[in-house]
Amino acid sequence: MTFWIIEIAYLVASALFVMSLYWMNDPKTARRAVGAGVAAMALAIIGTLFNPGIVHWGFIAGAVAAGALIGVPLSWVPLTAVPQRTAVSHAFGGLAAGLVGVAKFYLWQGEPESFTAFRTFALVAEVILGFLTFTGSLMAAGKLQEVKWIPQRPVTYPFQNTVNIGLLGVAVACGLALVYRPLELAYLFPVIVVLALAFGILLIIPIGGADMPTVISLLNSYAGLSAVAMGFVLDNKLLVIAGALDGSSGLILSIIMCRAMNRSFTNVLFGAFGQVQAKTGAAETRTAKKETPEGAAQILEMASQVVIVPGYGMAVAQAQQRVRELYDELTKRKIEVKFAIHPVAGRMPGHMNVLLAEADIPYDKLIEMDDINPEMTQTDVVLVIGANDVVNPAARHDKTSPIFGMPIIDADKARMCLAIKRSMNPGFAGIENELYFADRTYMLFGDAKAVVGDLVKQLSGGSGMH
Amino acid sequence: MLFEPLLASAGAGAGEADAAFASLLFVFLLATFIGLGVVTRVSRLLHTPLMSLTNAISAIAVVASIVITGRDHPPVINLLGAIALAASMTNIVSGFLITDRMLKMFKRPGEEKRS
Repeated sequence: MTFWIIEIAYLVASALFVMSLYWMNDPKTARRAVGAGVAAMALAIIGTLFNPGIVHWGFIAGAVAAGALIGVPLSWVPLTAVPQRTAVSHAFGGLAAGLVGVAKFYLWQGEPESFTAFRTFALVAEVILGFLTFTGSLMAAGKLQEVKWIPQRPVTYPFQNTVNIGLLGVAVACGLALVYRPLELAYLFPVIVVLALAFGILLIIPIGGADMPTVISLLNSYAGLSAVAMGFVLDNKLLVIAGALDGSSGLILSIIMCRAMNRSFTNVLFGAFGQVQAKTGAAETRTAKKETPEGAAQILEMASQVVIVPGYGMAVAQAQQRVRELYDELTKRKIEVKFAIHPVAGRMPGHMNVLLAEADIPYDKLIEMDDINPEMTQTDVVLVIGANDVVNPAARHDKTSPIFGMPIIDADKARMCLAIKRSMNPGFAGIENELYFADRTYMLFGDAKAVVGDLVKQLSGGSGMH
Repeated sequence: MLFEPLLASAGAGAGEADAAFASLLFVFLLATFIGLGVVTRVSRLLHTPLMSLTNAISAIAVVASIVITGRDHPPVINLLGAIALAASMTNIVSGFLITDRMLKMFKRPGEEKRS
């Protein structure tokens, strides 16, 4: 009887997990997705509680309460900090998988018949994936949060890749040895754990800030795969299904991120981005044309279509609300305003959409790169706010540029371009931007929030926005 | 040979555990195809909420943690289970809550502003 209660609960939960992801295909049905996910998880947990042999109800209640206590405040973080929170979540997921693996390994020492070759293999995979995701995600979260003692710029040293791959190789070799002799060689198990923990750290050290969207997606995938491996260890279909859904989601997001930067996985993981820029410093000094907020406001007023290209700089300056006011002012004048969203705008996949949605900008105005680019030649004014590399025309033609080949938003093809920038310093990836020196580009220097605020003030007739 | 034990257990004497393992491979394969199919259709607008949602979903490790925490095992094992359970529960709670918080922000065209 309990067997069927558990199996049916898991079966329905699996179906609900799939439906949950399915409903994410449209913002209109997306909130249903959360409902389905919660229902599925509740079913899975209740079904599991029917398991025979559970005696320590107090332990379970205590751990659940502790998790809820940490989880609730973690969901209140500002939206700019969502990438860090996500990375921390991946870390917890990896830790859970790793610890379950450790517990199982030592429990099985007392029941050696459990160590079939395939299961031991899965157990080793679970532990390696789990613990490398744990430390790797913590490192990624630290880099995103800009924690002082974790360097932001990529750290490289000689034979770095050889050392990293060597470490992983030793861990895998130890794992294969365990498949042979899980009891006699049990002392190798802690070695695997330590190597996996170290590998996670070393994997992230050489990766720079610009690659974080890809890395987060990849770690997402690893967290899912460690759950899959756990499913194989415990012979549990629900774990395999839910883990596979998470793993494939992470994989797709990583592929999208890689394509959006014209990079490959190996290049992201072993390429140490941000190292090649030193030579571009010798470029001749060119001058950019400056424009005042008054002049810029007049230019905007005369446009019939304006495309705003937001970048992470906008979020850093916390200018979203001002941008919303600018959107309102322009829409009031029957000017068509759209937002051009590059896939890597922000610090994780889709980050910019969430930041703009928070400022109440309707989602039908948030247009993907591929859909907005054909419209660029008919656009009167492009307003670049805190974006840099994603509008750099060098990506199209300059073979020496580190971002060559990366798909960009064609801001230079509009009739006129206004770019808000704090100073002429190169951006996140440390590359000089040709767009700022183009004939039809005018620069607005200053803090994004202040400059957009000035534009709004000009447009509203100086009638006091503050 | 390195893979000898794997091959040996895949041979004629493959037991019940291996049969279960093999059927799980099919489940994994099909679930991955479903995942790839469903996730490619997810709106690009929602990729951030998607990641926090799948985060919560992959905290399904909770079911394994509950069993390890709750059964009569040596205390160290229960403790490992309890830490895993707390970590999974954190992901479930914060993952679903923040996904819902973000999704609430996506306004349909012409929809009233939040009060």
